[in-house]
Amino acid sequence: MEAVTFDLEKTPLREVNQYLHSDAAELDGKTVTITNPGGTHNIAVGLKADVDVVIDGHAGYYAAGMNQVANVVIEGSAGTGVAENMMSGRVHVKGFASNAAGATAQGGLLVIDGDAGLRCGISMKGVDIVVGGSVGSFSAFMAQAGNLVILGDAGEALGDSLYEARIFVRGNIQSLGADCEVKPMDEEARQILVKLLKESGHADVDPDSFTLLGSARTLYNFHVDNAGAY
Amino acid sequence: MSDAPKIPQTEPRYSATFDKNTASEIRRAAATGIYDIRGAGAKRKLPHFDDLLFLGASISRYPLEGYREKCGTDVILGNRFAKKPIHLKTPVTIAGMSFGALSGPAKEALGRGASAVGTSTTTGDGGMTPEERGQSSILVYQYLPSRYGMNPDDLRKADAIEVVIGQGAKPGGGGMLLGQKISDRVAKMRCLPKGVDQRSACRHPDWTGPDDLEIKIAEIREITDWEKPIYVKVGATRPYFDVALAVKAGADVVVLDGMQGGTAATQEVFIEHVGIPILAAIRPAVQALQDLGMHRKVQLIVSGGIRNGADVAKALALGADAVAIGTAALIALGDNDPHLEEEYNKLGTTAGAYDDWHEGKDPAGITTQDPELMKRLDPVKAGRRLANYLSVLTMEAQVIARACGKSHLHNLEPEDLVALTLEASAMAKVPLAGTNWIPGVSQF
Repeated sequence: MEAVTFDLEKTPLREVNQYLHSDAAELDGKTVTITNPGGTHNIAVGLKADVDVVIDGHAGYYAAGMNQVANVVIEGSAGTGVAENMMSGRVHVKGFASNAAGATAQGGLLVIDGDAGLRCGISMKGVDIVVGGSVGSFSAFMAQAGNLVILGDAGEALGDSLYEARIFVRGNIQSLGADCEVKPMDEEARQILVKLLKESGHADVDPDSFTLLGSARTLYNFHVDNAGAY
Repeated sequence: MSDAPKIPQTEPRYSATFDKNTASEIRRAAATGIYDIRGAGAKRKLPHFDDLLFLGASISRYPLEGYREKCGTDVILGNRFAKKPIHLKTPVTIAGMSFGALSGPAKEALGRGASAVGTSTTTGDGGMTPEERGQSSILVYQYLPSRYGMNPDDLRKADAIEVVIGQGAKPGGGGMLLGQKISDRVAKMRCLPKGVDQRSACRHPDWTGPDDLEIKIAEIREITDWEKPIYVKVGATRPYFDVALAVKAGADVVVLDGMQGGTAATQEVFIEHVGIPILAAIRPAVQALQDLGMHRKVQLIVSGGIRNGADVAKALALGADAVAIGTAALIALGDNDPHLEEEYNKLGTTAGAYDDWHEGKDPAGITTQDPELMKRLDPVKAGRRLANYLSVLTMEAQVIARACGKSHLHNLEPEDLVALTLEASAMAKVPLAGTNWIPGVSQF
């Protein structure tokens, strides 16, 4: 496996990202390590190749944004909007993630070992997100599809105005948002949870210790009697 | 039998405050308990371009010959940072309108019409369709708060990217597409269950404020390798500050939409009472660009109530680089056409007033997802009508520019204009006709 290293203290971000946008065939199977990220924004955004990227430190906003296919590991923590609008591939944050982690993402797997901030999984559209720690308030707001697994606690208004995404929570929930309710853990959901725990390095965690949440679907079509819920 | 003289009766008098339309809305609200939702922009009478006039050339300035002397109309958009700026043959562009709000044939017709005259079309909430990309030689891809259908592959296929903060019909409001229009195809593109009311967020999910916007714009530039112009679209409310912040955040182009600009569906109260007319918004926007030394470097596109070449010329004279049309483009395609009067009557309305676009029953086949209704719109013929109309707008603007002695539409300037009303004079900052008085600027 060919290894390439960029030092962000020496190479401008634009050059690093342009390299990561090279032809997929050229990048296939390579490991690209980015050292001294120093919280730089927009590292490894818009990738579309079967490449392994290691960000050796903390990343700023939108790290691995709109990722397709690539496998990105952030050895430190990530700023706002990590893996936002990801389509496929895998993004792994070894530290914590700030607000809006995995926002609007349509596919792939986002793993956060630590806590995630506010609005984790906001408007998610098919992505799977596994948070080893807790999530902040308004997580999974208007989440449309995909699965959000929270091993720790959840803040206020979890799953507000939820569409068809599933939320699995192991710890305490401060409050549920409008139209989000506890659902019985059916076999399909349980299998999804088991698979995601395994893929995110939590195979030893008991799936039966989670609560499943989903949409009550009462707000799907506006009715004046529900106006107070908005 | 009484011999008392007959007392003359006063004619029944309607209240100007509680007029027929107002009273009927009170009765409708009382019966349903829900606000009125409709499409289009503000319908009330507003200070507008009609309140401005051009001062043609005479002894002090000489005009250009109508058919012999050149009057340029082209415009370059996005040459601040983008490696591949857009070059349009006419400064009249097609505003963002979604597939979902509009039918597939309507989007195709917009693409055909715009491409025929060398201008751009714009996607909307819900993403980019292959028909639209295929028929639009220059396509602007909207990046919206909902991110419905937002796909990096489409981002790379676009010729420019428009980060939508708001729109003139509803600044501060999100989108709405009622369940009737969430067909199988629309549902799939937006990743929603069929038939649900689609609520679009009013704020972007992963950034708040101008400092974040700067990082977001940088992300989009990085993803597209700094090739594509990035527009920022705002509804007209505080244009001076919004334009200044958009420039600071790194926009190549600012799109400013007045309250006459249309929407697919929003509360009537929102459309009529939030935001300001485009006439009042252009000068503060231009002032912000001038104060930053960025006028003509960051281009300004204005929209909201552009109907004819005079409106185009007036917008440009006030300092805009280009305009965008939405409602007028739909009318050119065939929206609200009198030949469909009987069908409009069945819907409880009349040709020219139909605005229940959210219900998806448009007899013209434009604002619908009904497969039978949308077949009524021939995208080739409708595209031709739009191309004709765009050509007329351009030629009319040239007629006025030549009369003012200008060899390019962009040479029009505020000094070519006067105002008919005090309001227009104060808003457009051009003198009241026959005087040198601009309220708020100079003494009478």
